[in-house]
Amino acid sequence: MRATRNSTISSVSDLGLKDPAAPRVQPVVPGARSVLVSPVDIEARHVAKRFGETAIFEDVSFRLARGEAVALVGANGAGKSTLLRCLMGLIPVSSGSVHLLGEETSGAKGAALRGLRAQVGLVSQKHNLVPRLSVLSNVIHGLLGQSPGVRHWSHMLAPEASRLAAMQALGKVGLADFATRRADRLSGGQSQRVAIARAIVSRPKVLFADEPCASLDPSAGEDVMALFFRLVKDEGVTVVFTSHNIEHALRFGDRVLGLSNGQLKLDATAASLAPSDLRGLYD
Amino acid sequence: MTELAPARIERPSALSFLGYVLGLVILFWCLAGAGFSLDKVMTAPPRFADFATRAFPPNLEPQVLARLDWKMVETLQIAVAGAVIGVILSVPIALLAARGLIAGPAVNQIVRTILGFIRAVPDIAWALVFVVAVGLGPFAGMLAIAVDTIGFCGRFFADDMEATDKGPAESLTATGARKIDVVACATIPAAMPAFVSTGLYAFEKAVRSSTILGLVGAGGIGIELKVGFDLFDYPTAMTVILMIAVVVIAIEHLSGWARTRIIGEQK
Repeated sequence: MRATRNSTISSVSDLGLKDPAAPRVQPVVPGARSVLVSPVDIEARHVAKRFGETAIFEDVSFRLARGEAVALVGANGAGKSTLLRCLMGLIPVSSGSVHLLGEETSGAKGAALRGLRAQVGLVSQKHNLVPRLSVLSNVIHGLLGQSPGVRHWSHMLAPEASRLAAMQALGKVGLADFATRRADRLSGGQSQRVAIARAIVSRPKVLFADEPCASLDPSAGEDVMALFFRLVKDEGVTVVFTSHNIEHALRFGDRVLGLSNGQLKLDATAASLAPSDLRGLYD
Repeated sequence: MTELAPARIERPSALSFLGYVLGLVILFWCLAGAGFSLDKVMTAPPRFADFATRAFPPNLEPQVLARLDWKMVETLQIAVAGAVIGVILSVPIALLAARGLIAGPAVNQIVRTILGFIRAVPDIAWALVFVVAVGLGPFAGMLAIAVDTIGFCGRFFADDMEATDKGPAESLTATGARKIDVVACATIPAAMPAFVSTGLYAFEKAVRSSTILGLVGAGGIGIELKVGFDLFDYPTAMTVILMIAVVVIAIEHLSGWARTRIIGEQK
């Protein structure tokens, strides 16, 4: 599954790769289309994001195929999280376009955008659970995109099918016994596992994870990443995750995208990269 | 070489000095406008002592106490009913006033301006308005308390919601939840401790306010205070003052205890 779906750019000569022309990293003209075996779930075309006069990134183009796990790497401030939010349509792009599951997010508004997002899940660095509510209610909130309304505000009001789905998601992350516990009484690792349960309960087609283990100790982070990818790989979900951990990027990603100085400087299969290849992104 | 420590007091700039002088001038102007008189300050203690002599001991006759007790109960009823209605109505109003939640900037500004107007009018003035509107009695007082609470809680609830961690809301937004669902499931639960704290303070404020609304005929024990002073029945007036003090202090302690119990639980 790894190298065959690699599709886009790689301007890697400045990243210290031993042989930029080697087949493992293929230079591609930005925005060029290539033949993909699987359907494309995410496509960025010449995307730029600016906050006022400050450019975060410019002319970013890539295509991600269904079922791919893509690591987005880069130094602090490179724009990884901003790019992730642009892909989800949480913030507008300054120019270019983003297509998510075949629909353009930059043009979608209101119900259309919500419908698109209902097929997406997000796991954040800070877990982002609602602290005073129960674990089960937090997981049920993951269904709000598909089933809006009062009945999904709390596990006490939720339909039986939703409660069951939430309990199954909690079971998958090994926390079914914690369903009635308040979210602010969990450890960091447990909170992140609940956040994963909330993200997968709606069986999304695409999952975004923004440094999912950055706030965890190495052991808990390792557990969370392994669990996360075991769950999503089984379902064939497309995953885009940001990480500062080079080892995680290469181990869990099929493909690695590298941002540096506001440009997409690297797009290569993880199998073709060595840890030293990514260090140039952090210079 | 030893470095010299900076001067303990820096010489103010000419502009700062002018600012201090202007501040002092304004203070003296205000004291003059308020009729401040050292002579009156010096002669007040004997007059106060005379009042205390005539007011003590307070009137503790059973029939007076029974009447005042019922008036105090009515006062608390006005405060509780007004504060609860005010707090409940404040939540949807605050949702409209809070920036970046469910309403646009124009609606935010209009609602915040209305809340500012409500706060600018003192509760006793609202009581006078409602006495005209619904007649003498505790209902006018309750409406005055409710409106006053909306002005206070509406503003602070909105600020509380704006200040919440945006992370949970973003996570729900990313999954396609509607704005109203995001607010109900992420923003309001996150702001709830602040709501409780503000709501309890509003209740304390309502109890203090309700004790004087009777002065303008809006129900409660205030009318007894007015009648006591009007008829020079200082012992009864003193009983009313002491009852108000005891009840207000008790409510403040109760509120503090409830605040700790409810908000402390989340830690």
